[in-house]
Order: sequence, then structure tokens, then C-alpha cells
Amino acid sequence: MNPIGEKYLRKSALPSIWCPGCGNGTVLSAALRAIDELEIIDRVGLVGGIGCAGWIPVYINADVMHTLHGRTLPFATGLKMSDPSRKIIVFSGDGDCLGIGGNHFIHSARRNIDITVILVNNQIYGMTGGQVSPCTPLVAKSKTSVFGNPEMPFDSTKIARAAGATYIARWSAGQPRQLTRAIKEAIEHKGFSLVEVLSQCPTQAGRVTHGMADPTKLLNLLRSNTISVKKAEKATAEERAGKMLMGTIFNSDEDVEFSESYKNLVERATGSV
Amino acid sequence: MDKENNKQVKILQGNEAVADGAIAAGCQFFAGYPITPATEIAEVMAQKLPLSGGVFMQMEDEIASVCTVIGASYGGMLACTASSGPGITLMQEGVGYAATVEAPIVIINVMRGGPSTGMPTAAGQQDLYQAKYGSHGDYQIIALMPSSCQEAFELTYKAFELALKYRVPVYVLTDEIIGHTREKVHIPSDLKPVERKKPELTADYKPFEAGPDGLLDGMPAFNEGYKLLLDGQLHKPDGNRAGTLPDVCDSMVRRICNKITDHAKDLYDCEELFLEDAEVVVICFGSPARPAIRAIKELKNEGKKVGCLKIRTIWPFPAEKVKEIAKTAHTLIVPEMNMGQITQEVERAAAGQAHVFSMTLLGGLLHTPQDIMTEIEKRILK
Repeated sequence: MNPIGEKYLRKSALPSIWCPGCGNGTVLSAALRAIDELEIIDRVGLVGGIGCAGWIPVYINADVMHTLHGRTLPFATGLKMSDPSRKIIVFSGDGDCLGIGGNHFIHSARRNIDITVILVNNQIYGMTGGQVSPCTPLVAKSKTSVFGNPEMPFDSTKIARAAGATYIARWSAGQPRQLTRAIKEAIEHKGFSLVEVLSQCPTQAGRVTHGMADPTKLLNLLRSNTISVKKAEKATAEERAGKMLMGTIFNSDEDVEFSESYKNLVERATGSV
Repeated sequence: MDKENNKQVKILQGNEAVADGAIAAGCQFFAGYPITPATEIAEVMAQKLPLSGGVFMQMEDEIASVCTVIGASYGGMLACTASSGPGITLMQEGVGYAATVEAPIVIINVMRGGPSTGMPTAAGQQDLYQAKYGSHGDYQIIALMPSSCQEAFELTYKAFELALKYRVPVYVLTDEIIGHTREKVHIPSDLKPVERKKPELTADYKPFEAGPDGLLDGMPAFNEGYKLLLDGQLHKPDGNRAGTLPDVCDSMVRRICNKITDHAKDLYDCEELFLEDAEVVVICFGSPARPAIRAIKELKNEGKKVGCLKIRTIWPFPAEKVKEIAKTAHTLIVPEMNMGQITQEVERAAAGQAHVFSMTLLGGLLHTPQDIMTEIEKRILK
């Protein structure tokens, strides 16, 4: 086991539930490196949802809540507001965060509460066996979109931006260095931060949607539908069409963070200002 | 301030009394969503909590409310939420989670007429089974039922004590009548917040390793060194998921049920009135206890052999006491504002030893003392 794993993994929880070739291991590793570099393991509150990505924090030897489907952010909100000095990191999949948890996602972004959401987007409900998700592309096949998905997918970064998130980035499970840096930035950012990770699912999305299970090819397929933030600035509308932005999409410290705003409220209430 | 008795006397609405009881117990965190007839609890919390450094949050819905409260509870604060029927229904997944990770939370249900959106501005007692069985799977909760503003204050305070002691969600089941009635409330001026004992942090600390009584030691919080792993999936004492291990899953579910039912005698909280020679006994709880006690006192004055058992801890149900009463009384009468939910519990406890009559009442109405007197007199002559 590498030294980071040795230091931070909850060994009693291993082996993980993930399939070979899954992107969640890369996300776990990037999160651990970020936590290690920031030296915050004793100050984190880790929250996982339901689905494959929700298990990521369970393998970390810290204070962890493995919660209900879609409800990561309310639990995280309670942990944050009962002690705002905590660093709260939420691990959630596309179905968990944007399907059943969509309402909590937009309201948490609206509050600009200092929580980091690591949204692992594999564009499918993997754990239940490959059903269509809010991020499954149009016309893509799944077990519940047998003749091709008739619905348009969500772009989490656009929702987050519109709802009020103040740090937004997207990387893929094939870019561990950029991902680690983004997670670090997101944790250090004061406000609601979203790091979406495009991630390969060889077992379900691979088999059901793409007819192949090669993780590298699947990753390349995901990345071929993206355009870097830098390139997008100079690209024509045609070049950008249908492509998801990759990189740091938004980063602002203009809006007040919620626990700070609540402190201001307490000061107003007690007449100390 | 009544100096002789060291008590403060206030005129409070039931909903205000609940909020004051929670704050007196040391509640520092409230998350909720507006709903009639419970909204005043949130309004009082929004007014008072920030003054003492506490946190009030209005959430996007009741699911978020209960989950945020569980987060705050493991975050280190005493926390509660309040709602009514439709909101309590939304909270049920959180109740099951809290029962499973043994989070000490308090949920106040100011009951209105149901089902569905029902009768938003009228009282009911139709959510008693929901309190006990509302979330899926086998688990146990504690539920307290005040019948006055005084009891609303006292039982909400007590709810936090019990939640911490038994590490379980505790309901305070009031209703629209108590919630919106204004009455005198005596508040002891030396009332201290409930103590949150921390578990001993040993090298091999296991957050869900219970003592011989099935109870967990104290209540840990995040970032205190415990390295907690909380999971709604059935888990081993160290928090790791049990998967499909039959023995571990069996003993975990049994323990979270038995830790409440095995302590039913400790949780027993009833007012017993004229039971010694009573032939007809009214079993009452919540708002109908008010007309019931009046009726019993009037008939007792007339020399009738009547008595009353007023239940304050409705879950776990005081079955042993009802069984004992059924040995001497020939008739038990149960006035309730539903289709007879507790009547079924009384019948089960009486086990044929006494006749059981249900006085069901819907439509948002409360029984009158005369209704209950008439029913009793009918049964005395039997």
C-alpha cells in the first residue's frame, strides 16, 4: 500500500465494493492527496450519498457519514453549521446529487455554504445495474432507455453557477493531478464548491451504453465530449456545440458564505454591531 | 417570578412552550419548514436561538430539515425539528436513518387532521402509528404526548434527556389544540440544560458497541478524535457495514428495538387517578385527556367507581399497566381523535380481561366532558 493509503485508509472497511477499472479509486486517491497536502484530516467531516461514489468516504479513516440517497447536502449542512471551522467534503454521484438530491443541490449552492461537493459523474446508475440518469446523454442506451434516452441531460456546472455556487470545476478521472489540485482549491475556497469528475463505469455504462468495457477507451470517449475552458474562450459556437467545459469554470469570492452570513445575523440579533 | 417556589410563571401558547422547553434543555439547533399548525415553533426558534449563539435554519423541505438536524446532532449540538402531518411524512426516511445511526434527535409533531393534506387548521391524533411505524424496517422510537402547555414544556425538555440517554429519535406529539392554546406555564428557574456525556475515547473505540443494557455510552461528535463511521446500512459495532452477515444484522436490529422495549418500565410515565376501586377506567392521552379528567372527577364526586389513566409516554405503550388495570376494572374507555389506534393497543394489553370501548372522533373536534360522562354512565350500568 502506498504511504498515503497507509496513512489515511480505513483498512477495516476494505476491500472496496468497486469493480475493476472504476474511476472512484482515482477520485479517492485525489481526495486523500488533497487532504494530506492541506493537513486537515482531523478537521474534515466526510459525507457520502448512495450509489458507487457515495462509498468513497467510507474508506477514509476520518469522521464519516454514509447517508441517505440524495440527502448528503442536508447532513453536511448540519455538520457545517454546528461547527463552521470544519471542512466538509461531500461525495456523490450524478443520480444521487442531481436526480433525487437535485433540490438540496440547488439550495445549498444558493446559500453558498462552505461545503465541497465532489460529484462523480459516470452518466448512469451503476450500482443498481445501469439505468438512465439525469446525466445520461441524449439517445444513449441504458437498461431503462433501451431505445435511446429521450431526455436531455443536466450540466451540473451550469446548474451550480445559476444557483449561486462560487467555485466550479470539471475534470475527469483520467487527470488525477488536475483533479487533486481542483479538490484542494475547492476545499480552501470559502463558499459552495463543486468539482465534477467525469468518470468511467466499465461495468454498466461501458457494457450497456458503449458496448465495451475498456476503462481507457471509455475515459477517452468521455473526454472527447469536452473542451477546455481556455480553448472554449477562443472557440466558435460550432466548435463548442455539445461539449462540456473542462477546467476551472468559475471561481469568485464576491458573495458572502453562509456560515459567515449567519455570524452576521447573530451579531445583528444580539446588537453587537 | 414566584420567589417562594423558585419558579417563573408565563402565559404561553403550546407551540411557544415547546420551543421554550427545547431551549431550556439546551437545544442549539433547529431546522424546519413552515407548516400549519406548527409554524410558531420555528418562529420562536428563529427569534431566540441566534440570541444564545444557536442556529436556526429554514430548509428547502422537511426531508432536508430532519437530515440537517441529524448532521447537527453528530456535529455536536442538541437539535430538533418541528412539523405536522405532511411534513412528518416527508421526514420518515430521516427517522429511520436516525434510529439506525442512533442519533439523538427530537421531532415535534403538532398533529392536524389527516390523511394527506387533511385539515391544516384543525386538531387530530391520527399520527400515532406513524410515529411508531412510519419509516420502513424494524426499529423503535420514544413518543411523548402532552395534554397542556405545561406538559408541552416539560415533555419537550424530557424528550432531549431521553434522546440522549437512549440514543434514539424522540417524538413530542402535540396537536393543533395544545399548539394554539394559551395557558399558564410554570418554569423552574434552576432548570439546567441536559448534559451530553462524551464516550470514553479508547484506542479500540467502537461507536456502536453497547453495554449489557443495549445502550450506547454517551454521544460522540465529529472531530473529537473518534473517527466515526456512521452508516444507514446495518453495521458492525465498529460502524463498518455488515453486508449480509445474518448474525450481525439480526443482533443489531434486535438491539435498536430492545433498547427501548426492554426499558418500557423506566419509560413509563402516566398519571393515575382513582384507580384503586375503579370499575370503569378511561385511558386517555393528549388533548382528550382534558375533558376525560374533568368527566372522571365529576363522576367520582357523585360516588361512581370510575378512574383514569392519563398516558404521557405513548410509545413504548404502557401495556403492563393497562394489563394490571384490566384485572380489576370491567370496562376500559379510550377517547381518541382518530379511528381507534390506541384502542387496539389497549385491547391487546387487556387481552379480553375487560371490555374495551373506543370513542373515536374525527373532523378536528375534541370530546366534551359530557360526551365522556355519557359514555361512562352507559358502561357503569352494564
